[in-house]
Amino acid sequence: MTGWAIVAEGLLKAYRKNRALDGFDLQVAAGTVCGLLGPNGAGKTTAVRVLSTLVRFDAGRALVAGADVVREPGLVRERISLTGQYAAVDEVLSGWQNLVMFGRLSHLGKREAKRRADELLGEFGLADAAGRSAVEYSGGMRRRLDLAASLIRRPEVLFLDEPTTGLDPASRTQVWGAVRKLVAEGTTVLLTTQYLDEADQLADRISVVDAGRVIAEGTPDELKGVDRLEVVVHDAGQLTQTAALLSGTADVDTRRVRVVVTDRVAAMTEALRKLEEAGIAVDDIGIRRPTLDEAFLQLTGGKG
Amino acid sequence: MIADGWVMTGRHLRHVVRAPEQIIIFFTLPIMFVLVFGYVFGAGMAVGGTAYREFLLPGVFAMTQLYGLGATAIAISTDIGKGVVDRFRSMPAARSALMIGRGTADLTRALMEMTVLVVCGLLVGWQWHRGAGYALAAVGLLLLLRLALSCVGVYLGTVVPNPDTVSLIVFPFAFPLTALSNIYVAPELLPHWLGAISAWNPLSATVAACRELFGNPGVGGDSWAATHAIELAILWPLALIAIFGPLAVRSYRRLSR
Repeated sequence: MTGWAIVAEGLLKAYRKNRALDGFDLQVAAGTVCGLLGPNGAGKTTAVRVLSTLVRFDAGRALVAGADVVREPGLVRERISLTGQYAAVDEVLSGWQNLVMFGRLSHLGKREAKRRADELLGEFGLADAAGRSAVEYSGGMRRRLDLAASLIRRPEVLFLDEPTTGLDPASRTQVWGAVRKLVAEGTTVLLTTQYLDEADQLADRISVVDAGRVIAEGTPDELKGVDRLEVVVHDAGQLTQTAALLSGTADVDTRRVRVVVTDRVAAMTEALRKLEEAGIAVDDIGIRRPTLDEAFLQLTGGKG
Repeated sequence: MIADGWVMTGRHLRHVVRAPEQIIIFFTLPIMFVLVFGYVFGAGMAVGGTAYREFLLPGVFAMTQLYGLGATAIAISTDIGKGVVDRFRSMPAARSALMIGRGTADLTRALMEMTVLVVCGLLVGWQWHRGAGYALAAVGLLLLLRLALSCVGVYLGTVVPNPDTVSLIVFPFAFPLTALSNIYVAPELLPHWLGAISAWNPLSATVAACRELFGNPGVGGDSWAATHAIELAILWPLALIAIFGPLAVRSYRRLSR
C-alpha cells in the first residue's frame, strides 16, 4: 500500500446537541506516526473510535488501510488494531490465555496463536508472568499485555488511544520502543496523547484537535516553530491599545502582548516603528520560539 | 461465527476454572437455602422435614437459574466497562460471538450447578420418582429458563454501564421474585391476590412443571396456571427470549452510536 493509510474527510458525529466531531479532516501517510493532540473533550477519542469502526459517524468519508470504514468495516477490522484508553484484557485469564484468545478471535490457527502468544510475551518482557492472571499484573504490565494483544497479527494501522497514561517512566519507554519497532516494520500509527513530549518523541506529524476538528497540522518542529513577537508594555493601561495596534493577544497578568509572526526581522522593525509612533513605552521586546507545550496551549486557547 | 462463538465460550469456561471462588459464592446461596429452609422452616411445616425438602428442591433449582442472571449481567457489564468489548468489536471476529459464547457458557455452567445441586438434594432426601426420562425433561425446562434469563442478563448488562449498579438492580428484584413464587410456599396457602401473582410468576411455572416431572410433592391447585404448568414452563421462557433477545441485540448494536 502506498500513499495514505488514513484519510478522513469532513467527519461529523453528534451526540444530541454536542458535536464531538465537526468537520474532522485527517490524512496520515502510510508508515508514519500521527499524533492527535488536544484538550480533553476535543474529540480525539471519538475520532479513534470512528476510524476503528467502533462508532458510526453522521456524515463525511473515512478510509483506513485502503478500505472504506462505512462500506467495508470487516475489511478495516482485519487490517487494524486498537489499544483503547483502558487496558482491555480479560483480568481473570492469564497473560498467555489472553493472547491466545485474541489470536483465535483474529482467526489465527490454534498452533499459530499459541506460537505468537509465546513470542509476544517474550518481546514485551512478560514471559515470567505468562501464567499469572492479568488481575495480578501491575499497571505497566497490563498495558504491555494490552499492546501485545493489538500486535497478534501485525496490523497495517494501529490506533493507540493514550497508550502511556498512568505509566511509570520505565514502562513508558518500553511502550515507546515497541511502537518505534512496529513503525520500522511498516505499520502506520495513529496516537492520541495528553503528553506533548510523547507526541514530540514518537510522532512524525501532529494534528492539533479542538472542538471536533483539526485546527493545526505539521511536524513537531513546524508547530513549535510559529515564531512569536512578545512585547511587555510599561503601562498596563496601554495593553489593549498595544494588542490592537499589533494585532496580537493581550495577557493582563504579565502586561504582555503576543503576536504570531512569519518574518522575524521585518515584524520586529515594524512593531518598533508602530510602538514609537503611538508613543507606547515598553519594558521588553523580543522574538521567541515556543515549546510544543506553549504552541499547544496557544492553539487550543489554554484549555488543555 | 461458530468458531468465534466457541472461542468465547472457552473463555467463560476458563473463568470457572481460574476463579472457582466465584462459582462457589453462587453455589453457597442455593445450598444455604436448601439447608436453612429445608431444615429450619421444614421443621415447622405441617408436612414434615423430608417432604418439605422434596417440595423445596425443584424451587431451589429454578432459583439458581435466576441468580445466574446476575452473573451474566455483571460479566457483560464488566466487559463493556473495561473496554474488552471494544477490543472484540475492533477485531475481525463476528460481533455476535460475544452473545453466542455467553449463552453457551451460561448453559454449560447451569449444567454444572445442577449437578452439584442434584447431589446436595439427594443427600438431604430429595429424589426423582418418575424415571430418568422425566427427570431429564425437567432439567431441559430449567435450562430453557436459564437461556431466557441469560437474554435478560445480557440486555441488563448492556444497558447498565456499571457492574456494581447491576448487582444493586438484580438482587433486590430477584429476592421478591423468588419469595412471590411457589418456591417456598404453595400459592393456595397465600392470600388470594398474592396467590394469583405467585401462580402466574414465570419461576412458578418452571418449578411446578419440575415438581410434576420429578414426581415431587406440591403439584396441585386448580388455577389455570397450576393445571398447565408444563405449557407455561415452555411459553414463559420463550416469551422472555422473544422480548429480551432482540432487545439485547439492539442495545449491543447501540454501542456503535
